[in-house]
Amino acid sequence: MKKISVLLAATVLASAMASTAWSKTLVYCSEGSPEGFDPAIYTAGTTFDASSRTVYSRLVEFKHGKTEVEPGLADSWTVSDDGLTYTFKLHPGVKYQTTDFFTPTRDLNADDVVFSFERQLKADSPWAKYVAGVSYEYAAGMGFPELIKSVEKVDDLTVKFTLNHPEAPFLADLAMDFASVVSKEYADKLQADGKMEQMNQMPLGTGPFTFVAYQPDAVIRYKANESYYKGKEKIDDLVFAITPDASVRAQKLKAGECHIMPYPNAADVKDLKADSSLKVLEQPGLNVSYLAYNTQQAPFDKPEVRKALNMAINKQAIVDAVFQGAGQVAKNPIPPTMWSYNDAVKDDAYSPDEAKKALEAAGVKDLSMKIWAMPVSRPYMLNARRAAELMQADLAKVGVKVEIVTHEWAEYLKLSKDVKRDGAAILGWTGDNGDPDNFLDTLLGCEAVGGNNRAQWCNKEFDALVKKAKKTADVAERTKLYEEAQVVFKKEAPWATIDHSTEFVPMSAKVSGYVQDPVGVHRFDGVDIAE
Amino acid sequence: MFRFFIGRLAVLIPTFLGVSIIAFAFIRLLPGDPVMLMSGERVMAPERHAEIMHDLGLDRPVYVQYLDYLGNLVQGDLGSSIVTKRPVLQEFASLFPATLELSICAMLFAVILGIPAGIFAAVKRGTWFDQGVMGVALVGYSMPIFWWGLLLIVLFSNTLHWTPVSGRISLMYFFKPVTGFMLIDSLISGQAGAFKSAFQSLILPTIVLGTIPLAVIARQTRSAMLEVLGEDYVRTARSKGLAPLRVVGVHALRNAMIPVVTSIGLQVGVLLGGAILTETIFSWPGIGKWMVDAVFKRDYTVVQGGLLLIAAIIMLVNLIVDLMYGLINPRIRH
Repeated sequence: MKKISVLLAATVLASAMASTAWSKTLVYCSEGSPEGFDPAIYTAGTTFDASSRTVYSRLVEFKHGKTEVEPGLADSWTVSDDGLTYTFKLHPGVKYQTTDFFTPTRDLNADDVVFSFERQLKADSPWAKYVAGVSYEYAAGMGFPELIKSVEKVDDLTVKFTLNHPEAPFLADLAMDFASVVSKEYADKLQADGKMEQMNQMPLGTGPFTFVAYQPDAVIRYKANESYYKGKEKIDDLVFAITPDASVRAQKLKAGECHIMPYPNAADVKDLKADSSLKVLEQPGLNVSYLAYNTQQAPFDKPEVRKALNMAINKQAIVDAVFQGAGQVAKNPIPPTMWSYNDAVKDDAYSPDEAKKALEAAGVKDLSMKIWAMPVSRPYMLNARRAAELMQADLAKVGVKVEIVTHEWAEYLKLSKDVKRDGAAILGWTGDNGDPDNFLDTLLGCEAVGGNNRAQWCNKEFDALVKKAKKTADVAERTKLYEEAQVVFKKEAPWATIDHSTEFVPMSAKVSGYVQDPVGVHRFDGVDIAE
Repeated sequence: MFRFFIGRLAVLIPTFLGVSIIAFAFIRLLPGDPVMLMSGERVMAPERHAEIMHDLGLDRPVYVQYLDYLGNLVQGDLGSSIVTKRPVLQEFASLFPATLELSICAMLFAVILGIPAGIFAAVKRGTWFDQGVMGVALVGYSMPIFWWGLLLIVLFSNTLHWTPVSGRISLMYFFKPVTGFMLIDSLISGQAGAFKSAFQSLILPTIVLGTIPLAVIARQTRSAMLEVLGEDYVRTARSKGLAPLRVVGVHALRNAMIPVVTSIGLQVGVLLGGAILTETIFSWPGIGKWMVDAVFKRDYTVVQGGLLLIAAIIMLVNLIVDLMYGLINPRIRH
């Protein structure tokens, strides 16, 4: 009798344990706290990782690991011949997430799309300033208010965008984080309840993961969206453990306390690669770092002088010292992974002797100059100070005296864009949407002088090429135009292009399906973890 | 006693006013502003920049902004963070308990180990124990916090697996904060193993944060004790034949405690001001990192509000320390 009861108890216990569902949790050690959860009002990658990439979806999405777009909330689209009208057909039956703070009563429809954009474009929208100091920075930065004439609902599942002028990168722009589609129903309710700020604190969307809770500066919790229109994710729970220090992130990964981490210290990468329980993904980042001469300041207004100085700088040594080899020397302003990269362009070969001769030929003697170095580490330039020191030594060899200047980051950003800036400044850029326009026009176009164009360089030929390339959607034609533009760039040398840095994402060997995103965001859709 | 309190209150108001002016002015002296910082390398069009600055009221003359701020302050409104848009008071309230819990633990660690160590070092002056304690205190005081923290993590978390690497509690525990103190909330939640996890998570940060106060208190106790032990009345007590423990523990210690308590009070002020390095290493979501990040982002309202709140707390701590003098030394009754 006793034996049977023991057996019975054992069976009950065993079946109870078998039926207990193990929820699969993925822990991501993030590098910082999100500024908020409304991706339209912020620009930081940290914020996007925690909001747009988890909770929201967009009309079109970047293919995993690529900068090409694929259907997202829109199943298909047509573009008019004049490039001014884009009509999107929405995927039917896309459900919004159900949370404990809001239950949606309808599926996604055109009203939501129209609302998501109009709130960013219309100054009279009640959402234009829904909390003090709100700015739809990305939308404005991409020129949307001037670009978009109207966003209209054609029917419940069709949305029409009418543009003021053709814009080839428009589709790529719609895959960006600020273009995430929010819930009009949720927004209306928040407005009616007088709780509009909640849009930025408790997000609700159609994305792969539903927001559960945020413990400030500590943990963000998500669970898989059961009704995700692309199918429920394999991971059940997603947790962001906010770990600001890179060395500590590496320790957590090694201890198994998190599964994926971003931005390791360059010095830790070797150690992490050697750990058999981990794997380290790497790919060239969609970025560039450069030394921008002030082309409006003599003698840097002469291309021969700029090219001569370029020849004096040993870029490989900078890549080795500053990036510990995790990068490649840059010859063009766009990275090699970007389409239209012109590999035929020849870099200014490193040769102090040639540089000296070229400087003499240009009539430059006893040159003294300033080099501005950033005080912070950025993904495209890990240690600008060190890079500046190496350049200082290189330029001394050709008789140029360099004084290194630095300012606190906010001040640096402000002062370096001044047209009257004294000296050359080190800075960089990470691409937003995988379109060459985002580098070439944004950083080197005439309109950007005094702004993003830190070389203060306005070259009619270059500008004409990039402006023309904006107007056509024909990729082959655009490629040709951008290739020509890169040739002009090399000839005129407003920058010394330094490096395209490699991005690493160390993770547990048990993780699968994680693909590095060229634009640098961290996506968890499609990720799985072995038990 | 009443007069003492009134006197203190009278000082409170000008002090707060002074702190608010300093906080207000200091953050605005730094070049750059929160709006341009939010867009980073991406340069904002000047018109839009001006528009947002206007929305935030930051284009008004500084004294106008200050009076407006003061007006809100007396109504208890500390404004909202320029970056996260959340009320400053709400952010502070969600982050302060973490700093408080850690500071209390670090102070207890420092006091429980430091005072006895200082006493023994003084009593056994000149011996190996004395030299050893003071040597360790010097090392502790000189140790770079960052390095010390990482060292402990590598040893105890990654090699011995005795403690977690960082965080206040293991991620598998998820409950709504009641008091904000993880030790208390984990008990309230009733989840098995939660308290143990919270306790384990506290060990390394407590040691790291408490190391410098420990060193300071040990040295302070030792010098104060040495001074007191050399006094006539101690010699008298000894010659009267009192037990050494009574001489040291009752007669000497109480008098030595005044400077030590002052020192503890000052250390608490330092701890509460934000253990920025410890908080960064151990991903401890407290006010230290919050404040420093706010300065870097030029989040004016957070810096102003945070400084005022921290000043208020430090003033409270000083008040308690002053009251404690009365407990220790009857001659200093207020």
